[in-house]
Amino acid sequence: MNWELIQESWPVLVGAVPDTLLLAASALIIGFALAVVIALMRLSANKPLWGVAYGYVYIFRSTPLLVQLFLIYYGSGQYRMFLEDIGLWVAFREPWFCAILALTLNTAAYGSEIIRGGVQSVPWGEVEAARAIGMSRSLLFRRIIFPIAMRQALPGYGNEVILMVKATSLASTITILEVTGEAKKIIAATWSPIEIFIIAGAIYLFLNFIVTRGVAMLERRLNPLHETAIKDVSAGADIH
Amino acid sequence: MDLSLLTWGDGGWGDEMVLGALMTLAVAVCSYALGIVIGSGFAAMKLSHLAPLRWLADLYTTVIRGIPELLIIYLVFFGGGAVLRTVAKGLFGYGDYVDLPIFVTGMVCIGLSAGAYATEVIRGAVLAVPRGQIEAARAVGMRKGLRFRRILVPQVARYALPGLGNVWQLTLKETSLISVIGLVEIMRQAAVGAGSTKEPFTFYITAFVLYLGLASISNRGFLRAEGWANRGVRSA
Repeated sequence: MNWELIQESWPVLVGAVPDTLLLAASALIIGFALAVVIALMRLSANKPLWGVAYGYVYIFRSTPLLVQLFLIYYGSGQYRMFLEDIGLWVAFREPWFCAILALTLNTAAYGSEIIRGGVQSVPWGEVEAARAIGMSRSLLFRRIIFPIAMRQALPGYGNEVILMVKATSLASTITILEVTGEAKKIIAATWSPIEIFIIAGAIYLFLNFIVTRGVAMLERRLNPLHETAIKDVSAGADIH
Repeated sequence: MDLSLLTWGDGGWGDEMVLGALMTLAVAVCSYALGIVIGSGFAAMKLSHLAPLRWLADLYTTVIRGIPELLIIYLVFFGGGAVLRTVAKGLFGYGDYVDLPIFVTGMVCIGLSAGAYATEVIRGAVLAVPRGQIEAARAVGMRKGLRFRRILVPQVARYALPGLGNVWQLTLKETSLISVIGLVEIMRQAAVGAGSTKEPFTFYITAFVLYLGLASISNRGFLRAEGWANRGVRSA
């Protein structure tokens, strides 16, 4: 074990964490908004809307993220003239734009399925009750369906966040030096894969640990009923 | 987009791309088989009475599922050869340059990753087998090996099938990552074609369609297998 190398590389790899986080956060935030729209399309009675959403989810879930990424980053080069004409080439020649676009489109497909599951688990009685007191469709969605669905979808979405943090590593294949990119650069230069793997691996495990904790905390906060149930159990235990 | 690039034979890349797809399929099947073997082993460890075995299995699934596959590929690709060379020199006095074949490197990496997901699927399936059945088998005097073969395995296989179908889809997609270390599967072949014809979109969209095809066909296969496995089971 080369301790000197570990000491030298440690700050470099930690320095790349903001890049990893920026990729994951941008994709997750924009992807979430898109996922809600797609989930609603899949739940709608409108056949064409349903079809578009179904096709989108099917296609993005059946193909590797790497292909999607290369298709956007390298594939766009084939239509450079056209993209220049409509003024989009400035965006498509940037690896950062392409990476965030690919990650966003990808997470939107997976996220929409998680949200759809959440919406479908909303008890029908709640919807009926809201209608009975005269809520409009948008109010019903905003106040009843969306909050309950989100609470149900949270554990699944937590998993998706972890998958996205891992997926950012693919950005290294299109020249972005996030944690995996830096790690590969150092490994190729020093041929000391084990040392670098340990540092980079620890960084990812730490990030994912934080995500898991954060989601668990959010789950507790959004679910007051769950907390009282736990309290009841412990109260019961005291009596015995 | 020039589709004549994709014709069969010397003039086009159609046959090369199909060969790439076969390589993808081969490495996916091997990784998947390895993953199921690893997964069964670690699932047994997770269900073991011995705490250290459980910890080891927990460590494996946590680490593998928390670290990007690409990083694991770099570790095995750059580190596997070094380990192999040390072993070759120490055991056989073979000092020449040896390297782990890329196919094996890729298979090990993707297999390790598939194994971590398969562990959870198989563990869940084992727990889904009603305890009473094992007790009943014991009551009629079945030995441990027979109980395992006749009672546990067939039911675990049935319960695990949907989850293992998901693991297959993941495995199939993850094989694309092996292209970064040079295995000539779909992605690598597409990159080569894109590089020499300057038509990257044509080649990557072909790769995209090939993956879509492989995923759709195998998905249908798994649904069929599920129907077959559940043919004697009543459901609502």
